[in-house]
Amino acid sequence: MRYFWAAFFMFWPIVAIVIFTISPAMNWWFPGAGDPDSLTKGQSMTPLGVDIDNLFYLILIITSVVFVLTHIALGYVLFRGARDEGKKALFSHGSHALEVMWTIVPTGILIFISLYQLDVWRKFRVMSSFPEAAVEAPVAEVTARQFEWRIRYPAPGKKLQLKPQPDDLYTVNDLHVPTNRPVMIQLRSEDVQHSFFAPQLRVKQDALPGQVIPVWFEVTQAGHYQLTCAELCGWGHYKMKARIVAEPQTQFGKYLHDLRNEQNDDGVQDKKSGDADDE
Amino acid sequence: MSTINPASTPNALAHAVHGEAAHHELSFVRKYIFSTDHKMIGIQFLITTLLMLMVGGALALAVRWQLAYPWKTMPIVGELLFAQQGGQITPEFYTMLFTMHATVMIFLVVIPVLAGAYGNFCIPLMIGADDMAFPTLNMLSYWFMWPAIACFGTSFFVGGGPASGWTSYPLLADLYEAAPGSGWAQNFWLLGVTFIGFSSMMGSINYLTTIINMRAPGMTLFRMPMTIWGMFITAILQAFALPVLTAAGFMQVGDRLFGTVFFIPSGVVVNNAAPTIGGGQPLLWQHLFWFYSHPAVYIMLLPAMGMVSDMLATMCRKPLFGYKPMVYAMAAIAGLGFIVWGHHMFTSGMNPALGMTFMISTMMIALPSAIKTFNWIGTIWGGNIRFNTVFLNCVAFVSMFIVGGLSGIFMAAVPTDIYFHDTYFIVAHFHYVLFGATLFGVFGAIVYWFPKMFGRMMNEKLGKLHFVLTFIGFNGTFFPMHMLGIAGMPRRYADPYLHPYLEHLQPMNLIMTWFAILMGVAQFVLLANFAYSMFLGPKCGRNPWDANSLEWSAPSPPGHGNFDIPPVIYRGPYEFSSPLSGDKDFLMQTEPPVTDNVNDTPPEPDDTA
Ligand code: HEM
Ligand SMILES: [Cu+2]
Ligand SMILES: [Cu+2]
Repeated sequence: MRYFWAAFFMFWPIVAIVIFTISPAMNWWFPGAGDPDSLTKGQSMTPLGVDIDNLFYLILIITSVVFVLTHIALGYVLFRGARDEGKKALFSHGSHALEVMWTIVPTGILIFISLYQLDVWRKFRVMSSFPEAAVEAPVAEVTARQFEWRIRYPAPGKKLQLKPQPDDLYTVNDLHVPTNRPVMIQLRSEDVQHSFFAPQLRVKQDALPGQVIPVWFEVTQAGHYQLTCAELCGWGHYKMKARIVAEPQTQFGKYLHDLRNEQNDDGVQDKKSGDADDE
Repeated sequence: MSTINPASTPNALAHAVHGEAAHHELSFVRKYIFSTDHKMIGIQFLITTLLMLMVGGALALAVRWQLAYPWKTMPIVGELLFAQQGGQITPEFYTMLFTMHATVMIFLVVIPVLAGAYGNFCIPLMIGADDMAFPTLNMLSYWFMWPAIACFGTSFFVGGGPASGWTSYPLLADLYEAAPGSGWAQNFWLLGVTFIGFSSMMGSINYLTTIINMRAPGMTLFRMPMTIWGMFITAILQAFALPVLTAAGFMQVGDRLFGTVFFIPSGVVVNNAAPTIGGGQPLLWQHLFWFYSHPAVYIMLLPAMGMVSDMLATMCRKPLFGYKPMVYAMAAIAGLGFIVWGHHMFTSGMNPALGMTFMISTMMIALPSAIKTFNWIGTIWGGNIRFNTVFLNCVAFVSMFIVGGLSGIFMAAVPTDIYFHDTYFIVAHFHYVLFGATLFGVFGAIVYWFPKMFGRMMNEKLGKLHFVLTFIGFNGTFFPMHMLGIAGMPRRYADPYLHPYLEHLQPMNLIMTWFAILMGVAQFVLLANFAYSMFLGPKCGRNPWDANSLEWSAPSPPGHGNFDIPPVIYRGPYEFSSPLSGDKDFLMQTEPPVTDNVNDTPPEPDDTA
């Protein structure tokens, strides 16, 4: 029975490791591109997201090694204790050398992880290191409210202003962005706190009432991505479902044009502006 | 199991020593209800928290039901509870469920079971005092739990229940319009937290005073068992962190009732109400809340760490590996615990440079946690292990704590936390530390100190059954949450499957729910064992575990005033298997030295005062 208990505590770490190993194949893993069968499944569609994934895998390797080693040690002492039951236990109050070792080694590892990741964080959040192209012309203002995402684009050829302009374009729960260039959005909240979470893009930023927070990302592959809310915002929190459509620059331009036409179309006048071409 | 026969202590001596104090008979009310005896208060706390554990567990099962079978009628209870909604859980009700689950578990189970139940029961007994420094304050600290329970209970039934999570972030928690129906519920919730704060504060002051002033002769600081160190450091954390939460709570009440706008910026339009006129800052709440609530997670852990250290040493018949480093590690956790609160706010929009400093301090706090883990494994190493329920629960503590500590590193690294924040990865993390570690530690402690509480042993077979079922149920419920987190499933979603990228996770959630049900059922085994053994368990002597610390030199259960022989302490609590102990493998702290040993010193003269 003593050996049974020692084995009992070794059984579950093995199950845990097996589950982790099969998880990507079982699709219990990072969400990837829209196409569920694509080879890049589980891979982020933004360069910064790839950095985050790499950091995750690095930490996963380190922690897995620690997990395995500590559990082997635990298993060893348990089996030994099971075998030696009845013998008088070792009379030892500790070991200075061991203690020093297992203080210094983890310190080194933790300092390494700390320093290693600073750069990704800086790129993601520190305004002065945002890509210039993104900062110059934010593509849209995204305003969260209970329970939807409101999007405001500047009119084609114009720049996004802090205050709404008469020719601004509006959509709800549908954010279009151009691919293959850094884009920045201005994130706001109209009521309570929300959080802009695009899982496939590995982007998350809380929207704070009373504050405008810039968020940037670069989508490298055209497609439809999820946009959800990650901060409890009321009973309908789970319903804040929206999409991010990433498309090549030309298509994005066309999208804005169409949006403007649609918005300016009062249904009475003929479409006499130059864009009305498909008659 | 060798036991010391209580009859061997001359009764006459006991009387002579304790004089009249031990004598006067108390009325039923003074003895069992408004008792000022720390042991009775500890038992009251224990039984109350165990009942609350069942309440919190039932709430959790309702949450799990919705995740497994979204919008399906709950069997039996569904018809009863929400007949008006056709037996379904509504999204509002779901929000209330997870809010109250966390509230009950944190404020009414984990904190009071550690500091309230075991802090009360163990501190005087383990340092050799006859009671707490302030017995009446102690009694009040228990009875202040009841207004808190009443307030939380009321908040269930007024309106839709509190709807902002246990973190209660404004503006959702601040503005009535933001969560219609939760108006008075949220006020009662805040009041409940305040009462619980009073209760903890009274306890904390009492523990600090008692531990500093009332140690028996010879009980120097570095001869205190780890349990006492855990309680001591926890009490310090509470004394310094709690006022901040209480203040923050009052500020939120002010915002809600008196228009103080501490957290409300101007121009916010909630639910088509008029724009707010403010000037406040919602992030302020997060800073204040986490300034308390991060130390609070250690309040919910350190005492368990201490108790597990003691139980492991006893069951392995081995001195604790690295006693002083263990104490320093605990102190380091407490110290660092005050400067890491920002790791809950990495994506909140606070200054990114501040995020970096919080990241580094958070990484550093993993270090003492690691040291402690290695020391526990070192303690088991070379031991002559008794594989009983107590030991099994303690090993589970160590094993689960490793997982929780390691998942903490993913979240301490800010870039990965961008992704993991507010997903199920967080939920996995804190359940591994709070349930996996703390609660298993408590399950061990229940069995370990049961003989001292009631003079009877708990049933081993039932204890092991409870352990195995809980362990399997626990891992089956919470391990897959890591996967859900990696798959990007946000927490607090009433219906995650509305989102296409989460649809395929429903079968997994379903399996987890059944494991959770198994775990819930298993707790009845514990309750049954507890109730049965309290009255019918085999009687035991003073020291059924052959342990060293002081409480085991008192009768089981100890009478009023605790010790029949005033204890004098000659050594630390971990002298197991010492060559000096003769044919026994333990050497109690109170046993007079047989040989000249440098470690066995009689108390300093000024200690005896
Ligand atoms: C090894 C040391 C630990 C590290 C590095 C660590 C790190 C973290 C971080 C960074 C978060 C915030 C994650 C987020 O919301 O994005 C967090 C959350 C949390 N941690 Fe830990 N943690 C550690 C140990 C513990 C322990 C020992 C406990 C409790 C006994 C604990 C309880 C919690 C709780 C309750 C939360 C979530 C609170 C909430 O959002 O509701 N952690 N931890
Ligand atoms: Cu939300
Ligand atoms: Cu924390």
